Amino acid sequence: MTLTLNHYLFVSGLLFAIGFAGVMLRRNIIIIFMCLELMLNAANLSLVAFSRFNLVNGLPNYNAQVLVFFIITVAAAEVAVGLAIIVALFRARQTTHVEDINSLKF
Amino acid sequence: MSPILFYLFAAMTLVFAIAVVANRNPVASALSLVVSFLGLAALFVGLDAYFIAVIQVLVYAGAVMVLFLFIIMLLNIQAEERRKINLPAYVGGGLVTAAFVAQLWFVLQKYDLGKTAFAPLAEKHVDDVKNIGNTLFSTHNLPFQVIGVLILVATIGVVVLSKRELK
Repeated sequence: MTLTLNHYLFVSGLLFAIGFAGVMLRRNIIIIFMCLELMLNAANLSLVAFSRFNLVNGLPNYNAQVLVFFIITVAAAEVAVGLAIIVALFRARQTTHVEDINSLKF
Repeated sequence: MSPILFYLFAAMTLVFAIAVVANRNPVASALSLVVSFLGLAALFVGLDAYFIAVIQVLVYAGAVMVLFLFIIMLLNIQAEERRKINLPAYVGGGLVTAAFVAQLWFVLQKYDLGKTAFAPLAEKHVDDVKNIGNTLFSTHNLPFQVIGVLILVATIGVVVLSKRELK
């Protein structure tokens, strides 16, 4: 039994589904944020798997790994800004529960 | 990567990802997320992406998770109390997720190219960092500098957001 690309794609898809379920089901804004990170990582896993699968001159396709590098960088910046917003929100409302933060809800 | 190791680390990644969603205590969720990211880094090593694996551990399991734990403890969030479950939201979220997983399964059944095994690399040891560096600084030089500007903007944004009163 050898490993194929589909194994990695399935794990990546399951990881994305878990993160997606977390965003849909959880009501704590920090947990929702962690689940966003899970989904970004799922995308990274499939990118790296494709990079290893599509060999260029016997080497992995490094364009995909550079894209993963960019995704990780953007995700780190996103975490910093997002957590700053959460802290500002907590100062204003003293809650991290999304159902208590519904001023913009129609 | 041997299949046993693959299944071990894939199971570790997925189980602790589920623990992130299932835990009621945010600190336990954050620590589960660290373990999940470490499993993912091991999967990257299995795909011969050593540089990405190291970056994953340094940036995600290191910096990002310290930031998460710091904020959780700064805000002093306890395990959330049980609230009335919003049943339609739960059923809807579960259904969409199940539909996604089912669709993934059927698409991967039809994807014949993905059923072939990974071809071996030309050399046993790849110069991972050197090759990524070459690609990053030659082909993708402009995006790299744009990312630098993005991080600068994010830093300024965080400082502005963290000030006591926004004017």
